[in-house]
Amino acid sequence: MSSGPGGETGFPASAVAAAGPHVARRRPRAVGERTLHALAPYLLLAPAALVIIAVLGYPLYLVGRLSFEQFGLAELITKKGTWIGLDNYSRLFHDRQFWTVLLRTIVFTVVTVGLTMTFGTLIGLLLMKLGRFMRLLLSTGLVLVWATPVVVAVNIFRWMVDYEFGVLNWTLTELHLGDFLNKDWFADPKTGFAVIIALIVWGAIPFVAIMVYAGLSQVPAELLEAAEIDGARRWRAFKDITFPLLLPIFVILTSLSIIWDFQVFNQVWLMRGSEPEESYWLMSVYSFIEAFKLGEYGFGAAIAVVMVGIMFLATFVYLRQMIRMGETR
Amino acid sequence: MSRRTLGRIGWNALGLFVFLVIIFPVYWMISTAFKEGQNVLADTPQFWPHPATLSNFDDAIHRQYFWDVVRNSLIIVTVVVSLSLVLAFLAALALAKFQFYGRGAFIVLILGVQMVPLNALIIPLYIQLSRAGLVNELTGVIITYLTFVLPFTVWTLRGFMLGIPRDLEEAAMVDGSSRFGAFVRILLPLIAPGMVATSIFAFIQAWNEYLIAYVLLNDAQKQTITVWLADFTTQRGTDWGPLMAAATLTALPVVVFFLLVHQKIAAGLTAGAVRG
Repeated sequence: MSSGPGGETGFPASAVAAAGPHVARRRPRAVGERTLHALAPYLLLAPAALVIIAVLGYPLYLVGRLSFEQFGLAELITKKGTWIGLDNYSRLFHDRQFWTVLLRTIVFTVVTVGLTMTFGTLIGLLLMKLGRFMRLLLSTGLVLVWATPVVVAVNIFRWMVDYEFGVLNWTLTELHLGDFLNKDWFADPKTGFAVIIALIVWGAIPFVAIMVYAGLSQVPAELLEAAEIDGARRWRAFKDITFPLLLPIFVILTSLSIIWDFQVFNQVWLMRGSEPEESYWLMSVYSFIEAFKLGEYGFGAAIAVVMVGIMFLATFVYLRQMIRMGETR
Repeated sequence: MSRRTLGRIGWNALGLFVFLVIIFPVYWMISTAFKEGQNVLADTPQFWPHPATLSNFDDAIHRQYFWDVVRNSLIIVTVVVSLSLVLAFLAALALAKFQFYGRGAFIVLILGVQMVPLNALIIPLYIQLSRAGLVNELTGVIITYLTFVLPFTVWTLRGFMLGIPRDLEEAAMVDGSSRFGAFVRILLPLIAPGMVATSIFAFIQAWNEYLIAYVLLNDAQKQTITVWLADFTTQRGTDWGPLMAAATLTALPVVVFFLLVHQKIAAGLTAGAVRG
């Protein structure tokens, strides 16, 4: 999807300079302008780049270094860790808990991303089919959900599945789907995670639905009509026109969902009242507890580094696509 | 009735159903917030708050530290939004309007940075800020938030800027404006909606964030509204009525702003994403 000549740099300064009759007199100024023009993007970028590198780049380096260090509470006070090489990693990879948590996190991510993409896409397609009023209503509802802060959403869901007075328990019982009165959803991690996943999917659907809808509505109607005149079947038009246009959006949405869901922390943490049981640990919770509850900052950092590595692998396609987009324009 | 009309009604009915399901949790929060104590804890849930009461809200805003955390959140959000807007605008201008060496690298930087999990950075950030003596200070939180909203705001603003036809600028140039003049008179007004949308995105991010504030701000008085709300629960059992009122108050500013600008954000996002 490339458009426009690649090397456009705004306005050809030389052409402007050459236009006047006093070329000789104006040349120095034109050269100065050209230098400024060449420097301008760097000057414009500098502040943002500096902040990003200082506040993200350095900690990123630091987390890598910490993962090779013995860094506990004592080191937090002396401000200096001890280099221990790969000890943290070897301890991590020999820890059965790590593999359990990793597997749990992967299953969790796959289920959550799958449900989010499925429902999000379906609702995005549904928006295309609706009348004007209904579309406005549904998209307003989606936006309301989208805007709801996570901490607020967690509390709503905790209230809805409350042991004694949860409206969900009541509704499911009324629908004769079983006896859910006085059901403690979090007693069993399976149903507990069902609630957590429902909460996350609920919060993530709006973004996917609205993006898919936005993508679909960008498919030019003339193109589809032309295809119809050409005698193309509907699914053919979908396959050759709609789908290719939607594909980049799908790749982006799926990758972003993987990124977000693989590092879920708040929902688990808050749902379990800031003290999640071991059977509720995901990678980020595991890392956080090791670092901040047990004071093993070095070991926690090693877990974090493994997380970053896995995410980079999982979203490699996304990154490549985004870079290509950035390059072509 | 024709098949087509029937189909339309069917789709709209489905749309209504989806709307009701999706909106229900939000409705449940608000309706609980307006209920009287004994109606909150009813064996058969009360679906419409009757009689309605404001006592839960009264309770919520008179909880300890409410006004402190509101003030803290407002300070953080204001500073983060204004700084991020200026920095992102400059960077987006460079990305959208110039072709230069290192442009690809910068794009990789801002996209790659968004993939780094917050949890991976919270450990080094905490250590770094504790060395700098910025733990328990709003400044530390502000700097951190700024960095986390910057990549997205740069990328989105760039999308808005690409949406401006180059011909417009060129037309202004032909009319004899300088590049700067063209920028001020043509580009700035056109980019204004994008600026508003982006700034509100930053607002929402900063207002909603929990983890960083939770780790970096220890004193109850220095915390933000989300941390306060999370503590609301654990303080003394669960008092659902006031809790839902507090949750409603926390969500209110974000929801209002979001409703105002969501369309522009979606437009800007797709402009950045689809335009190739």
